[in-house]
Amino acid sequence: MQAFEYANPATIQEAVALLGSRWGEADVLAGGTDQISLMKEYLHTPQRVVNIKNIKELGGIHRAGGNLRIGATVTLDELMENAEVRRAFPSLHQAAEGVSSPQIRNMGTVGGDLCQRPRCWYYRNGCGLLAMKDGRSLVPDGENKYHAIFGNSGPAYFVSASSLGPALVALGAKVKLVSASGSREVAVEKFFVTPQNEQSREIALLPNELLTEILVPLAPTHNATYEVRQKEALDWPLAAASVALKMKGSTVASARVVLGHVAPTPWPAAQADQALAGKAITAETAEEAAKAAVAGATPLSQNGYKVQLARVAVKRALLQAARGRA
Amino acid sequence: MPNYAWPPMPSRKVMGKPTKRLDGPQKASGKAKYSSDLNQPGLLFATILSCPHAHARVTSIDTSEAERLPGVTAVRVISPAGTEVQWEGTEIAAVAATSEEIAKDAIRKIKVRYEVLPHVVKEDDLSRVGNRAKAAGEQVTGDPDKAFQEADVTVEGHYGIPVINHCCLEPHGQVVEWNGDHINFYPSTQNVSGIGGDLAKSLTFNPANIHTRMQYVGGGFGSKFAADRWGVECAHLPKMSGGKPVKLFLDRATEMQIAGNRPSAFAKIKVGAKRDGSIVAWESESWATGGMGGGGMPPIPYVFTEIPNKRLRHSAVAVNAGPVRAWRAPNHPQASFLTCSALEDLAAKLKMDPVDLFDKNAGLTARAEVYRAQLKKGAEIMDWKRRWHPRGESGSGPVKQGMGLAINTWGGGGHASQCRCNIHPDGTVEVELCSQDLGTGTRTIITMVAAETLGLPLGAITLKIGDSVLPPSGGSGGSTTVGGVSSSTRKATVNALGKLFAAVAPSLGAQPDQLEAVDGRIQVKGNSAKSLTWQAACRKLGANKISEMGVNDQRNPQGLNSSGVGGIQMADVSVDTETGIVKINKFVAVQDCGLIINPKTAESQIFGAAIMGICGALFEERIMDVQTGKELNADMEFYKLAGIADIGDIVVHLDITPEHDKRGVVGLGEPPVIGVIASIGNAVANAVGVRVPRAPFTPDRVLAALEGRNS
Repeated sequence: MQAFEYANPATIQEAVALLGSRWGEADVLAGGTDQISLMKEYLHTPQRVVNIKNIKELGGIHRAGGNLRIGATVTLDELMENAEVRRAFPSLHQAAEGVSSPQIRNMGTVGGDLCQRPRCWYYRNGCGLLAMKDGRSLVPDGENKYHAIFGNSGPAYFVSASSLGPALVALGAKVKLVSASGSREVAVEKFFVTPQNEQSREIALLPNELLTEILVPLAPTHNATYEVRQKEALDWPLAAASVALKMKGSTVASARVVLGHVAPTPWPAAQADQALAGKAITAETAEEAAKAAVAGATPLSQNGYKVQLARVAVKRALLQAARGRA
Repeated sequence: MPNYAWPPMPSRKVMGKPTKRLDGPQKASGKAKYSSDLNQPGLLFATILSCPHAHARVTSIDTSEAERLPGVTAVRVISPAGTEVQWEGTEIAAVAATSEEIAKDAIRKIKVRYEVLPHVVKEDDLSRVGNRAKAAGEQVTGDPDKAFQEADVTVEGHYGIPVINHCCLEPHGQVVEWNGDHINFYPSTQNVSGIGGDLAKSLTFNPANIHTRMQYVGGGFGSKFAADRWGVECAHLPKMSGGKPVKLFLDRATEMQIAGNRPSAFAKIKVGAKRDGSIVAWESESWATGGMGGGGMPPIPYVFTEIPNKRLRHSAVAVNAGPVRAWRAPNHPQASFLTCSALEDLAAKLKMDPVDLFDKNAGLTARAEVYRAQLKKGAEIMDWKRRWHPRGESGSGPVKQGMGLAINTWGGGGHASQCRCNIHPDGTVEVELCSQDLGTGTRTIITMVAAETLGLPLGAITLKIGDSVLPPSGGSGGSTTVGGVSSSTRKATVNALGKLFAAVAPSLGAQPDQLEAVDGRIQVKGNSAKSLTWQAACRKLGANKISEMGVNDQRNPQGLNSSGVGGIQMADVSVDTETGIVKINKFVAVQDCGLIINPKTAESQIFGAAIMGICGALFEERIMDVQTGKELNADMEFYKLAGIADIGDIVVHLDITPEHDKRGVVGLGEPPVIGVIASIGNAVANAVGVRVPRAPFTPDRVLAALEGRNS
């Protein structure tokens, strides 16, 4: 690990004053479950580490206007156990539960989940975020069984590692980003971006900004997350789907279906949304929507199976949402 | 000659009773100190700079900047300019420093230039390995061509099992301390008695001047016998660092790249049989890699060795990846997988229950009656006859259930072992031998044997192991430890007790051979009225302690230990055919054994083996990247291992019978791991109706098999 300056601010204002103007100058430390690994592997070599765990205003889950406001340093375990989240947002509860190690849920934060770096094994082995070699990515001709099946025309082929991202996109949530010069709210859907070069990131956060809170609209929806994970113990999903359904009686007024772990960002499946409008959720309509969700998939040499897994995840998430209530 | 025979089964008071590990509380509370826990004052930390390329030549190496870094005490070049490196992770240089962080910073300041050379890192497709495959000669038995022509049924399949890593929780490494011209050596090893000699050879140093100590080891599985290059480096570094002790343990990635792995095995297999299931012919074309140095030739057909007509071809493929080491039952899991998969495919084609097929062909094995009885027992525990269904006939829902079967065999026996038993005039008893407890319960079984022989409770025995000043005992490999240490301990304690009998016989008015040690007393046989307490008896020794040796004679174990076991394993799985995810419902291991000293740790060995095999069946695989030559999952994240919830219900049946007891002690470390992957693969095929040809049985492979694609 490269030596660094450690800062321990008590307020958001203090914290943002300590951030850098370029990536690599300062890293934010929240749960640290991945940050420390990144630093030990020299994938991140920040000059300064800004610990935000002592900033009280970053914690807590409460109603604020028509939203549920979730502080950035709320742990995944707090999120999962929160009564309001359980009641209104089973999809978030289920997504947090899918982070299948109690240790990580106890330490990892919701902000950290959204800002975490990809797990792509080329990136983690020091081949760079886009795994470029001699001007082309190693991924299409390489070991890509865990890589993207959507949004993979390059140069990025990794999948977004965020567990909460798909659910938050489906629920129409926003994140609040604060810098020394002010703050802005960004739809979670726009927060995730596909980097076009090695210097950029997979989120819209700027180096001088801090993600402070998440605002989830309390509009009633039937929502659910289904993850296909091979292991019960700690494991990354092979594919996931989050759905949020606004119902009119027993039929779907509008639907948001968002796939996870299949693209460099959470991947909205608009064709599935359209397929569901005006329909009741049955095994047949769920299957049709699931097929529509993966219709445009472009699998790589080793990950065709993920198309099937994404399809199953959509179908099961829809049936789960229809069974549950919000 | 004293009678060393094990006491008759019904009269045993300690042996044969399920006994908790004596070191359990130390381990569970963290009081047990592993070599990697050592942190004496002044300790320096060393780390290895390893090669990032799979095949390269070192063209230059400049350590000057690292040497100048404050806190660095020594830098050693391991692979000087000109060295050809054959796998990623190869040791290039080592640095010692006052902290681990400084050592890691320092290795990043060593400037190495490489000429990168072409590599081959994958062997699963034999047609793509170029000239890296070396064919062994064809072996033919009988007349396979004629036998296949005359067979009623033939089945052909291809099967594969990848290279996997040992995944020792405690990585390889050691602390080395120089004390004048002596070395204090604290390795993580399966071989406390022998590893000092190995280090001495590399250092051209007097082995008598190396004092090796280790009380606990965090896993070895066959990979921790030698001093290794990192051990030798760790011994050199203190000399250059003002004599301070140095600790060098591999990091996880390097551990997985260079500290050992299990060879792969792939094969195309054809089996011919009569309509009634009798196997008449076998033909196989197999290949495997054990890294650059070869290794890995599975003995197939496995267990069913007496198939009358056979043709075998095998190629060893050299790949630019770390070398193999023994992995729990070397070559057997691969052989069991290749053989039992082919036999299950044959059973499916014959529409035969594989239990019946294995039973039918038991005559082709070396222990037909043992396997027949085990098949019956396993089927009973699994409720096989009622629950088994023909391949693929698993109902209409997306989740399919299936059952599979596999078979194992292993030697065991007892390794060379010497033991000393001291009985002191104050009644204390010491049992001393330089063995090691890999976590298998060796401490406990040695103490049980001593307590049994001396008629004392476990707590009355002080056991000393893990120190090279003690009488030597073999490395723990090949399932030979329990046989070796129990025999030497039995002999040492019988010999010591004989001396005690001689000392107290006059005061009991009897001959020494009329005495026995029972329940903490020395008494005339069968007459507790004529007795002395253990303490009173020992006081008769006056000022002299008894110190007697016992030696396991490997050529004549005198019935104390023997070798040769068989076992069967059965798996019950559920496969979600929409996701390809396999879950273990139940796993049954029926294991042949000899005399069981501690049923609890014996059973625990089998639980552990089943869990290890389940990991291999469902998750474990070394992923090599053709373009970069890197092992992409040299970590604990994408090199997947099971958690508790992934394991299912494991049922162990040990054949503890008077008949088996007569064979003496037989090791159980390896046999129960052998058939696990095979039985799970067969259960998956039974569940989903098609063979998933390659392990591990991951969702991509299961779905590909279901769709009829090659996986």
